[in-house]
Amino acid sequence: MIELVKLSKTFSTADGQVEALKDISLRIEDGDVFGIIGLSGAGKSTLVRCINLLERPTEGHILVDGRDLTALSSRELRKARKSIGMIFQGFHLLMQRTALENVCFPLELAGVKRAEARRRALELLELVELPDKAGAYPVQLSGGPKQRVAIARALASEPRVLLCDEATSALDPKTTRAILELLRKLNRELGVTLVIITHEMRVVEQICSRVAILDGGEIQETGPVSEVFSNPRSEAGRRLVLPEGEKIHVLPENRLVRLVFDGAAATEPIVASLAARQGILLNILSADTHAIGGKTFGSMVLGLPQDETEAARALLYLREIPGLTVEEVTDYVF
Amino acid sequence: MFSEGELELLQKIISQGLLQALGETLLMTFVPTILAFVIGLPLGILLVTGDEKGIRPLPRWLMKLLHFIINILRSVPFLILLIVVLPLSRALVGTTVGTRAILVPLVVAAFPFVARLVETSIREVDPGVVEAAQSMGASTFQIIWKVLIPEARPALIANFMVALITIFGYGAMSGAVGGGGIGRIAVNYGYNRYKPLVMYFAVILLVILVQLFQSAGNVLVKKADKRIR
Ligand SMILES: Nc1ncnc2c1ncn2[C@@H]1O[C@H](COP(=O)(O)OP(=O)(O)O)[C@@H](O)[C@H]1O
Ligand SMILES: [Mg+2]
Repeated sequence: MIELVKLSKTFSTADGQVEALKDISLRIEDGDVFGIIGLSGAGKSTLVRCINLLERPTEGHILVDGRDLTALSSRELRKARKSIGMIFQGFHLLMQRTALENVCFPLELAGVKRAEARRRALELLELVELPDKAGAYPVQLSGGPKQRVAIARALASEPRVLLCDEATSALDPKTTRAILELLRKLNRELGVTLVIITHEMRVVEQICSRVAILDGGEIQETGPVSEVFSNPRSEAGRRLVLPEGEKIHVLPENRLVRLVFDGAAATEPIVASLAARQGILLNILSADTHAIGGKTFGSMVLGLPQDETEAARALLYLREIPGLTVEEVTDYVF
Repeated sequence: MFSEGELELLQKIISQGLLQALGETLLMTFVPTILAFVIGLPLGILLVTGDEKGIRPLPRWLMKLLHFIINILRSVPFLILLIVVLPLSRALVGTTVGTRAILVPLVVAAFPFVARLVETSIREVDPGVVEAAQSMGASTFQIIWKVLIPEARPALIANFMVALITIFGYGAMSGAVGGGGIGRIAVNYGYNRYKPLVMYFAVILLVILVQLFQSAGNVLVKKADKRIR
């Protein structure tokens, strides 16, 4: 199990301090496929690099199976890293080594004998479904096979965890699916915990069971993928799930109105009183209102009834209310 | 165009001293280049790994000092360095004349140059690959030995040839101040005794040698670099 405890990372640059991570606490269970999603610059890479201490956090602790990595000596840390594999967007293969020799690399580091290393490397290439490319140099391989070699290499030291930093972001959709399929297989068959860093929803949807949304260096929300994606509670979550600019057309036969509250009118009584006094039912499609000192500010989008006369009556009623701006809209954005 | 005597002289030089001169030239080229790499390779690697953002940062003052020394040595013209270093030659090889004495200033002149060449070659290695190695728990030594040097190998070979040709030129120059080899033939006969035929012969020989080194280098680099399909 990986536990991140109150992790913060501040970079000092020429232009001042950059707070890349702010007070991150996260728990990733063994055997889980955990997604960390966020826009570019959210701090995803910094976060994942903190997990194996390629980046040392300014504050906080990383506990792997209860052991605090930040407290280890450099020798112990190197040993601990062997149980945390990592793959990258740019593959980072050794360009002067063949695929097989690349997979042998971590085995050489561990002092495994040459013949034994090659045997194990071949097995690993078979595991990633790439046995016929053993003698190829990286330059002769395209993205998908390169990432497979990188995966085989990362698995050579039999890690319990595999960190994947945008591992499919350089690949086309078809190759992406195939690589994610492979990762899922490794998770199921070897029980490797996967930490999937990505900016793409579909990657999380395809293989993750849990997800954390990272924005501005902070975890905005975390939970099962189905929950977070169907009902994002955070602003960042909504922006990710329903990206800006994407118009959502609802019930084209319904007319829509946007109400803007300037503090004079109250929210609930409007919809409730329309129903009670006029017998007109309105559908609240979105609301972004704040009650400040008993007054309401913000806006709300309502769907008018299909019946034209009812719709006209509702509009008339709404326009009578002081402190409320009413405008008809054709579509809306969350 | 050339006098009868000159032609005879050339024949005499070719039959008697040429082989030895060629041997001296090759010795004065390869030995200092190799020695310059023995010093310059670790130094050049240190300049990268000891960097503030390197894999094993060293104290800032130490790095500054190293860069300073290298820059100083590199800014002294070779002929002047050669004279300045002669006392060191006496101490190290017991003489200040001849091929052996020239080896010392050649190495002193070449190792800072080689260190810079190595530094550039090593900096070309993709930092991502180094990071991947770190993520696999590689030690600093393992990263140097198994990642930096092998990944930079084509650039290192190419730069070995650059160093070789530069040192070859220094060696020929040293013919003016007591160094041996083909350079001395050119200086002695061409300049001191004014025998242009001999001088041209020596110069052409030098040019041919440089071409040979260069071509051999290109072939080696091409063979070594697996990034070329
Ligand atoms: N080594 C560094 N030095 C200074 N700032 C950095 C460094 N690494 C990352 N940052 C900054 O931290 C923020 C998060 O970066 P990163 O973790 O790479 O985001 P992501 O992977 O989500 O795109 C960015 O603002 C970036 O500029
Ligand atoms: Mg990133």
